[in-house]
Amino acid sequence: MSHSRFALVAFAVAGAIIAASPLVPNDYYFSAAYTVLQFVILATAWNILGGYAGYVNFGSAAFFAVGAYSSVFLYKWAHPPLIVMIVSGTVAAGLLGLAVGYLTLRMRGVFFAIATLALAVVLYTFVVNWDYVGGARGAYILQPRDLPFGLTRYIHVLYAAMVLMTAFALVIARTIETSAIGRGLAAIRDDELAAECAGVPTLRLKVLAASVSGALMGMAGTTFPYYLSYVEPSAAFNLSYAVNSIAMPLIGGMMSWIGPLLGALLLGTVQQVVQVTVSSEWNLLIVGVLLVVFVTLAPNGIMGWVDAWKRRKK
Amino acid sequence: MEFPTALVLNAIIAGLLLGGFYAAMSVGISISFGMLDVVNIAHPGFIILGSYIAYIVSDRLGIDPIAVSLALSPLFFLLGMAIYRIYYLCFEKRGQESLRGLAFFFGILFITEVALVLVFGVDYRSVRGAYSETTWRLGPMDFPMRLVVPFLVSIAMVVGIELFLARTFFGRAVLAVAQDSLALRLMGVDTLRVKEFAFALSIATAGVAGAFLIVIQPVQPAIGREYIGLVFAVCVLGGMGSIRGTLVGAFVLGLAESFTSTFAGPSWAPAVSFGLLLAALAFKPSGLFGR
Repeated sequence: MSHSRFALVAFAVAGAIIAASPLVPNDYYFSAAYTVLQFVILATAWNILGGYAGYVNFGSAAFFAVGAYSSVFLYKWAHPPLIVMIVSGTVAAGLLGLAVGYLTLRMRGVFFAIATLALAVVLYTFVVNWDYVGGARGAYILQPRDLPFGLTRYIHVLYAAMVLMTAFALVIARTIETSAIGRGLAAIRDDELAAECAGVPTLRLKVLAASVSGALMGMAGTTFPYYLSYVEPSAAFNLSYAVNSIAMPLIGGMMSWIGPLLGALLLGTVQQVVQVTVSSEWNLLIVGVLLVVFVTLAPNGIMGWVDAWKRRKK
Repeated sequence: MEFPTALVLNAIIAGLLLGGFYAAMSVGISISFGMLDVVNIAHPGFIILGSYIAYIVSDRLGIDPIAVSLALSPLFFLLGMAIYRIYYLCFEKRGQESLRGLAFFFGILFITEVALVLVFGVDYRSVRGAYSETTWRLGPMDFPMRLVVPFLVSIAMVVGIELFLARTFFGRAVLAVAQDSLALRLMGVDTLRVKEFAFALSIATAGVAGAFLIVIQPVQPAIGREYIGLVFAVCVLGGMGSIRGTLVGAFVLGLAESFTSTFAGPSWAPAVSFGLLLAALAFKPSGLFGR
């Protein structure tokens, strides 16, 4: 499928999902679907650098929080429409990815990983000390009263935005994967030195992947303040974003855009159920245990099983 | 404004005392990450585990937490052996340590944290030793015993490890693995056993450092994360795999944090170690004493 046709299909599916939303009986489902889709974006974004190029980003929460706090800042400053917040948060997180990538991707991959871990704490400390966006106390965000398209609840708007952003993230990920950029990243993952010798512009590709990946993570966070209507640093920087965005691609499979989507839908739904029926701590423990079990016993994830099954059938 | 002599003096003392403690926390990372190339980001998780074990035992039996941790360090040693076995079989042997090995340790860090939250809740826990409340005064200078005792034991531990690595046969084998593990294998040495021992040693130091931590300040499960940047910053600043460098790096960080808390407020302190780490990674990744 060509890039433009895939994009067309993805947005058509997104449109159909949004159009079907009046059939949903209960507002809880919108909020649950919003959370699951948010994880789909995070997992897809993480996989662009982690799965395609093999560089681990532990700072998903930092990029997510940059998106969220850029929205808080804009809300306090000028009350712009939602679309402005989404675009600015995405750009801000992308610039952060660019900066961190440029500074640390020249070294061994592990230094990038450690730097992203560090990044989350540095930014957390800055936000805690930044009173304009609420500091440690957090900030209240009021959802707008007047809604477009005759919608009745603001969660419907956020849900529609999230569906469209998910489609956008998947289109970006697949376009990168199936283009020359994706082949270059795969060469880096398999043997960076050989790729460099063969003329692959490794640093440029890695920095590009880090920026796009960071931008998409930030995008997932831009609507977060409106979703919760109260943002505090420990919610926006929650470690569960970092763990989930690593666990989901690993469980789904990291070789193609389907893996993170599958992993996020599965793990995200399981978490929604566990959170309601048991507790959120158990829910986190399950994610951690699944991450360790899959990474040790099934390193290629669910898509790895599917591929093995296909090969056996042939 | 008059120059705040007493404030500066006490910031220096607190920084040096903290630095000794940071050396104990980071010496394990210098061994596992610096020498063995095992990127154990779960190290702070084991430190917090050590804090909680020291807390329970000393709370129940009324023994000093640092003594408890030293007595229980063989348990951490065994835990380290088990973890290295899994790591070797699942990742190092298959050449997958870079991505999946990192994810594995991240998962372990996360599991320890959440498991501790499930068992103990998110409240801060602390222990009171016989010396917790005592402070020596020397003119304007304060020496709080809850910092001095961990400092002394830390320095003894780090110097002991340095001597062990430099003087004993097995210690030199660890250094040799760090330098050229292939050459060692060709000479017929079982490098796996050496690495397993060294990694286990690094986890044992984490357990002991955990007891220092809970003597110095109250502990809750999530604070482990704040120390990830610190231990790696010390290790990178000091130069990978150099124990002496670790000691110097730890003092640098201790002083930097102590001055930041004194003059800018304690809420800025966590950013110091991470900021230094980012700067070190970006501008001088070989560290101050890089080999």
